Amino acid sequence: MSYEEVILDHWRHPRNKGRLSQPDAAAVEANPLCGDVVRIELKTAEGKVAEARFEGEGCAISQAASSLLTELIQGKSVAEAAALTDEDLLRALGGVVRTRLSCALLPLRALRKALAGLREGTPPG
Amino acid sequence: MIEKRIRDDFPLLRRTVGGKPLVYLDSAATSLKPEAVIEAEAAFYREVGANVRRGVYELGAEATERYESARAKVAALLGAQADEVVFTRGTTEALNLAAWALGETIVEPGDEVLVTEMDHHANLLPWQELVRRKRARLSAIAVTAEGDLDLEDFRRKLSPRTRVVALPHVSNVLGTINPVPEVAAAAHEAGAVVVLDGAQSVPHMPVDVRELGADLLAFSGHKALGPTGIGVLWGKAELLRELPPLIVGGEMVREVWLTWARYDDPPARFEGGTPPIAQAVGLGAAVDYLQAIGMEEVRGHGERLTALALEGLLARPGVTVYGPKEASRRGALVALNLRGIHPHDVATLLDRQGIAIRAGHHCAQPLHRRLGIPASCRVSFHVYNTEDEVAQLLTAVDQVFQELS
Repeated sequence: MSYEEVILDHWRHPRNKGRLSQPDAAAVEANPLCGDVVRIELKTAEGKVAEARFEGEGCAISQAASSLLTELIQGKSVAEAAALTDEDLLRALGGVVRTRLSCALLPLRALRKALAGLREGTPPG
Repeated sequence: MIEKRIRDDFPLLRRTVGGKPLVYLDSAATSLKPEAVIEAEAAFYREVGANVRRGVYELGAEATERYESARAKVAALLGAQADEVVFTRGTTEALNLAAWALGETIVEPGDEVLVTEMDHHANLLPWQELVRRKRARLSAIAVTAEGDLDLEDFRRKLSPRTRVVALPHVSNVLGTINPVPEVAAAAHEAGAVVVLDGAQSVPHMPVDVRELGADLLAFSGHKALGPTGIGVLWGKAELLRELPPLIVGGEMVREVWLTWARYDDPPARFEGGTPPIAQAVGLGAAVDYLQAIGMEEVRGHGERLTALALEGLLARPGVTVYGPKEASRRGALVALNLRGIHPHDVATLLDRQGIAIRAGHHCAQPLHRRLGIPASCRVSFHVYNTEDEVAQLLTAVDQVFQELS
């Protein structure tokens, strides 16, 4: 019956949860159907993701995916973070049932939005 | 105990999900179909196949016979006359037709339409469109903390300007069986027409339109063991005669000139274009199937399972159940939440046990907002569900708690 261990682990013990005092990039994405909300915040230095944080509410999959995503991008170059694919995240989660892909990919949408803001130089939302 | 001889009639119950036998607890979304319904629909294509109403040849006559015989069966189910039964694609189309036609005939600028906080979007959006089009006003009858219609609020909001009162017979989230005769009597006294969403009642309990006192009633075939793509708008004959069609075109006319046309009488007036013929025939077979069991028995079975589910769920401290706490006051469904666990997580974990339940807002966003929750889980039953399946559900709920809390 169980979710993958990695999902349960991140849901029970979320990593990098909270806000940054002065993020260089930030964005919120919501899933209107189920009410999941995720905010991703980034601090960058020398073209790298120096710090990544998330804040959110919702189902176990969306919140675990957010937590895991912050770990995946921490220390990566901004270009590498932007190149992260849906499959990369789903693989790292140990697989997600197809009925729940939108939950799992919600933080990735927020990350891409935040990075787009960074590129365009718009202040973090 | 009707379950044992019934289950063999439903081919889908022989399939497995992820290696586990299917436990289907989502009949409020759509029901499974018995072999007799699948066969009736297929037999129409195999044996008759022709279009209805206009065929001069033998097959055309037979097609019309089967189609009209399905209408007669639906009429008998509802305690109505056959010419009061309009075939539509489903409840949604039926309610759109009702709202459009009433808007064209009885709603003037400044008039009021009264809906409820517990309406399904299908019985809300058509009225929103109507009041926008007619510059009328929409207000909603409140729902009490227990999940009942607030009848005091209803009497407060009912006014001489109220032209329509639209409500669900049975709420698709709270399960509440609304006091339709009482609402209808008050509405009629104020001069309003009563439109009933019967999607969650007609498939599950005896429904007599004369006893209910409503003027229009909609339901879907696919929730009543019938095919998708077929539904019904029942209307009082004297009202239907006054209403204009929403869909115009072939098969609904008396005479047509280049600049004007004269429409047929009901029900043909409202069935422009080739109707879903095989689907109507399938619905006829579904009605036969339900009537063979007996609607009292169907209701009794649903009530027993709902009582069992309620009892088990209410005994679990982390479970919140929405709506009335007595099965006798509800349809065959229960919406719930597990404390601290998102409904979608519950549904996914249950799916891994082969248990299909619904999670979301069940097309009732305003009601969920009223309840202060983004979403809920919903389990719902029909004739093929068993007490053992309810027990499996309860065990699975305990496992979800163990897993995620």
